[in-house]
Amino acid sequence: MLRLPWFEHRAPRSVAEAAKILAGEGPRAMLVAGGTDLLPNMKRRHQAPRVLVSLRQVDELKKLNGTFGAGLTLTEVVRSEKTPIALRQAAAQVATPHLRNMGTLGGNLCLDTRCTYYNQSYEWRKAIDFCLKKDGTVCWVATASKRCVAVSSTDTAPALIALDAVIKLSSAKGEREIPVAALYQNDGIDYLSRTPDEILTEVRVPAGWKSTYWKLRRRGSFDFPILGVAAAAKLDGDIVSEARIALGAVASRPFLIDKASEFLKGKRLTDEVIAEAAALVANRAKPMDNTDMDLYWRKEVADDFAAYALRELRGDDMRETRQRIARYQPAA
Amino acid sequence: MKRLDIIGKPRRRVDGRAKATGQVRYADDLSMPRMLFTKLLRSPHPHAVVESIDATRAAQHPGVHLVLTGQDFPIPFGIMPVSVDEYPLARERVRYVGDPVAAAVAVDEQTAVQALDLIEVRYKILPPIASPEQGLQQPEPRIHDYCEQGNIHRNQSYEFGKVDEALAKADLVVEDLFFYEGNTHLPMEQQATLAFIDADGKLQISSSTQNPHYLHRQLARALQVPEHQIRVIATPNGGGFGGKCDPGGHEFVVAKAALVLGRPVKIGLTREEVFYVHRGRHPVLMKMKTGVTKEGKLSGMHLQTLLDGGGYGSHGPASTFYTGVLTPVTYHYPRFKFEACRVFTNKPACGPKRGHGTPQPRFGQEVQLDKIAVKLGMDPAELRLKNVTKANALTASWLKIGSNGLADCIKKVTEMSGWKQRRGKLGRGRGLGLACSTYMCGAGVAIYWNKMPHSGVQILLDRSGSVIVYCGATEIGQGSDDVLAAIVAETLGVDIGTVRVVTGDTGIAPVDLGSYSSRVTIMMGNAAVQAAERLRTQIAAVVSETLGARPDRIVFSQGRVFAVDHSGPGMTFVEAVHAAEAELGTLSAVGSYAPPKPPGKYKGAGVGPSPAYSFSACVVETEVDERTGWIHVPKIWIAHDIGRAINPTLAKGQVIGGVYMGLGEALMEEQSFRRLPEKLSGALVHRAPSMLDYKSLTSLDMPEVEVALIEDPDPYCPYGAKEVGQGPLLPVMPAVANAIFDAVGVRVDEIPITPDRVLKALQAQDKRVGPTSFPKVPYPAPTFVLPPWEGGDGSETRRDAKTAVV
Repeated sequence: MLRLPWFEHRAPRSVAEAAKILAGEGPRAMLVAGGTDLLPNMKRRHQAPRVLVSLRQVDELKKLNGTFGAGLTLTEVVRSEKTPIALRQAAAQVATPHLRNMGTLGGNLCLDTRCTYYNQSYEWRKAIDFCLKKDGTVCWVATASKRCVAVSSTDTAPALIALDAVIKLSSAKGEREIPVAALYQNDGIDYLSRTPDEILTEVRVPAGWKSTYWKLRRRGSFDFPILGVAAAAKLDGDIVSEARIALGAVASRPFLIDKASEFLKGKRLTDEVIAEAAALVANRAKPMDNTDMDLYWRKEVADDFAAYALRELRGDDMRETRQRIARYQPAA
Repeated sequence: MKRLDIIGKPRRRVDGRAKATGQVRYADDLSMPRMLFTKLLRSPHPHAVVESIDATRAAQHPGVHLVLTGQDFPIPFGIMPVSVDEYPLARERVRYVGDPVAAAVAVDEQTAVQALDLIEVRYKILPPIASPEQGLQQPEPRIHDYCEQGNIHRNQSYEFGKVDEALAKADLVVEDLFFYEGNTHLPMEQQATLAFIDADGKLQISSSTQNPHYLHRQLARALQVPEHQIRVIATPNGGGFGGKCDPGGHEFVVAKAALVLGRPVKIGLTREEVFYVHRGRHPVLMKMKTGVTKEGKLSGMHLQTLLDGGGYGSHGPASTFYTGVLTPVTYHYPRFKFEACRVFTNKPACGPKRGHGTPQPRFGQEVQLDKIAVKLGMDPAELRLKNVTKANALTASWLKIGSNGLADCIKKVTEMSGWKQRRGKLGRGRGLGLACSTYMCGAGVAIYWNKMPHSGVQILLDRSGSVIVYCGATEIGQGSDDVLAAIVAETLGVDIGTVRVVTGDTGIAPVDLGSYSSRVTIMMGNAAVQAAERLRTQIAAVVSETLGARPDRIVFSQGRVFAVDHSGPGMTFVEAVHAAEAELGTLSAVGSYAPPKPPGKYKGAGVGPSPAYSFSACVVETEVDERTGWIHVPKIWIAHDIGRAINPTLAKGQVIGGVYMGLGEALMEEQSFRRLPEKLSGALVHRAPSMLDYKSLTSLDMPEVEVALIEDPDPYCPYGAKEVGQGPLLPVMPAVANAIFDAVGVRVDEIPITPDRVLKALQAQDKRVGPTSFPKVPYPAPTFVLPPWEGGDGSETRRDAKTAVV
C-alpha cells in the first residue's frame, strides 16, 4: 500500500492549545481533522508536514448551537435539524458515507484544490516532470499560464457563500470573522486567505434564506463536483427580494455571481427570468480541463444546472430530475 | 436420470460463510515469521533504453536485504508460447510508464520504498508510440524486435466464402465504423504474492492468480527451477475478470528473492500498480460491412479490426483472433471475412478481460443490426429472430454450435420488458434497446500445445462420510468451489455439507488449466462427474448383492443408497462406503476432461471452438435529457441461456455482475492515456490510475436488473450447465447504444457513451458521433476456407476454387 511519510503527531484538547502549537511550529505544521483529504495527499507526497496537529479531540470545535463547529463531521451536519437546506444538500453529497463520517465541515471548506495532473502519486507526477502546483514549473492544464489553475472542489463552500455565512479564524494572536467567500483566492496554490497559524473554528449561517445546492458529477457517490450551483433567496410572496447564487468547481475558488443576484432582485421567478439568470450564471463558469468530464460539455450544461436550482427555489418539484442526475433524494 | 437433489436449487454458496465472516485468507492476509517485503521501481518513461542501473546505495541501506534488477532475470516469460516477450524486471528496454525495472526487498514496506529512491537508473529516451495509428505510421523504432512488421504484433486475415460476391448480391449493404475504448478489470483485490522455501527446500508461492498451472510452468521456465520443486497455491481471488491470468513480474520477483534469501518474501501491489499490470480490454477500432436481403436475411459480413495492444504480447495473439471469430456464432452469415491487426504501443499491455476480444465487435455488430432494422423498417427483435443460428449448426468459419437458446432468450427478454407494447411508445427522451451475444464455455485448446486433459478431479471417500475433492481449479469469486461441491454431491447423492473441496493448489490437486475462458463449470464439472460416477460404480458393484438390485438399478440420493424400485430399505451412503472400503480398500477415483476436436482444419482454427456456447439477450431502458445529454438507465432485463443453473442464486449473481460491469463499460469506464504536448514533454501517462478517478458505477448508479435463466440442458456439459461468467456482460453495451437511439434518435458509435457525446450527436447534422476514418492497415492475404455449405471440408483452399452456388 501507499505509505505515509514520517511525521510528529500532536493532539491538543483546546483551540488555544492547538493555536499555540501552530504558532510555535510555523508552516512546517499542518492541521488535520478527519484526515480524508490530507492523509491521501500525504501518501502521494503533496504535503509532507513535520508535525500534524489533530483537532479530533478539541470538543469546542464540535459545537452546534447557533453556529456550526468546524470539527463537526459532515454526517453530523447533514443530520442536524438546524442545518440550512443548501448546506445539508451540499454536505450530504460530499464523497461517500464512510468519508462523510470522518470528514469535517472545516476540512471540506479548507479542501486542497484539485487537478488531474496533481492528484496523482509521486511516481506518476515524476513521469510528467511534475507540475506548477507541486515540485514542477509547468501548468499542464494551460501551459502558458503563470498561475496554477487547480480547481476548488468543496461542496459546502458555494452553499455557505450563497447563504451569506461567516467563518471565524482563531490564532494565538486573536480571532477574526470573515465572510466565507473571503476565505478563498483564485489561485490553485495559494487558494486560502487563512494564514498558516490560523484555525477555522466555526461557521455562522444567518437565518431566513430559502436555499438549494445542485451538484454535477459523473456518479451518484464518491466523486468531487465538476460543477456546483448553490442558490439562496428571500422571497416576498413570489417576488425575489434578495438572491445569492454561487458557483463551485469552475475556478480555483468558489464565488458569488453578483450580476445574477442583482438581476433577480425584485423579479418573479418566471421561466424567462430563470433562463436569463441561468445564462448570467453560466457565463461566469470557466471550467478548465483539469477534472472529470468533457470541458465544453461542463460549460454547456452550466445554465441548465443554474435553472434547476432556481426552479427548485420557485417551488417546482425537482425530485425526479435530482434523482436522475445526482442519485440523491434530499429528505423532505 | 434420478431427480436432482441439489443442482438447480438456490443455495448459499459453500464458501459463503467464510467470505461473509471475513475468514477467507486472501494473498495479502498471509503472513509468516521473518517475512520480508518487496517494492518495485517502475519506469517513469513510456519508451526508453535502460543504459545502466546502480543499486549500490539501495543495497547498503539499513534494513534492505536484496535488490534485484533485470540482470537477475535472463529468461523471459509470456503466457502464450508465440509471445514470450516480457522480463520480470526490464533488462534493456522499458515499454510503458510503470514497467518494472528493479525491486527492493527489505524488513518492511517503508524501508523498501526508501531503498527504491536510492536506485539510480540511466535511461536513453526513445520516442513513444501512443496509438495504433501512430504505430502503423512509425514502423521504427520497434517496440519489440519480433514484430511481424514494423510495430505490428499480429496481423490476421480469414475469409470464409467470397464475401465481396455475397455483398454485391445483397439488397442492402451497410458500412459502419465503431470504436471501443479500453478499460480495465478493477477487481476489489489488488494482486499480492507470498513466496517462501518450505521445510523440504522447495519453493512455495501463494498468489492471487487465476491460473496457478500456467504460473507454475512460467516460474519453472523463467527461474530455471524444475516444476516438481515448485508448488503454486492460488489463494481465493478477490475478483479476477482476466486481470490475474497472465503471470506477473511481481510473482517472479518474490519467488526469486525467496530462493536467494531463504526467507519468506511478500509483495502487495498498490491500486496504481494494478492499473499498470492491466491486461485489460483492448481499445479497438472497427470497420464493419454487412449485406442483407430486403427480407432481412444476412448475406455476409466483412469485419476489420485494429487493436491497441500496449507494450507487451500478453494474450494478444488470441485477443486479435477473438475480435473476429465469435462474430458469426449468434446469427447465420453465409459468408464471413475478418481481418485483425494488433499494434504495439507504449502503454500497459492489454489482454483478456471478461469477454476477451469479443465485446468490441459484438458492440459494432449489434448496433449495426439495429441500424439495418431501421433501414428495412423491421422490428429489431424480428430481424434478429430471422437470423439466429440453430442448435448443432456450423458457422461459416466451422465453429460447431451445440445447444442454442438464443431465440428463446430474445423471446423471453422482449416479453419481460414489454418490448412490443412499449417500444417507440415511451415518448421523446425514453427508449428501449435490444442486443444479443454469445460466449464460449471454455477454449477448445490449451494455451500451450499438448494432448493432455484440460481438467482433472480426484475424489477421496472417507469412512467418516466425508467426501474430499481435489482439483486445480481456482475460486476467483465466481463460485467454482460451489459448482465443484454441488456436482460431486449430486452425483454421489450426498449432502453438500459432507463435501470438502481442495482447489487451486498445484502441489496437491490434479491440473486444471485455470479460471479463464468460462471453462471451469464445463471442464472441471465434466471431470468431476466422471470421477464421481466411477466411485458410484465401484460402490454399486459392492452393495448390489445386499440391496438385491443390479448395479445399474441402484440410486444414490440424499445420503442413501437404494434400489431404484424401492424394493428394500437400502442403506446409508456411509454404510455403503464402509462396505465398499472393506471389499476394495481405500476409495478414490479420478476423472478428467478434454474438449472435443474442433471441425475446422485450417491454421488458426483452434481459436474460437468450444464444447458449447452460452447465449444472452438484453433489453435496456434509457431516459435521455435532450438539453444536457444526461443518460439515466432505470431498468435492464436480461435472459441468459445457461443450459442449466447449478446454483441459481450464484448464476443470477453472475448475470447481474456481468450487467454491472457491462453498464460501467457502456457509460463511463476508460483506461485512457495522456500524451503531454510533444514540444514540451515525452510523457505518456495513464489518466486516472485510481479508484476515485477511474470511473466505474457505484451502487447508486446501478439500475434494477430482471434476470431470466433459460434452461435447456446442453448434452456436452455437466448436468447441462453452460457458462455464465462472461456472456451476460456482452449484450449490455450495444443495448444501451440502441436504447439511446430509440430515446432521442442519435447514434453513438463508440464506447463509452457519455453525456457529452450524446449532446454532440444531438447537435450533429447526421445525428451521430463516432470514428470517421479507418487507417490503411497492411492486412495479409486472407486464409481462404469454404463454408460448410459450399462444399468445403474445413481446410484452407484456393480462393479461385470452384464454389457451390449460394
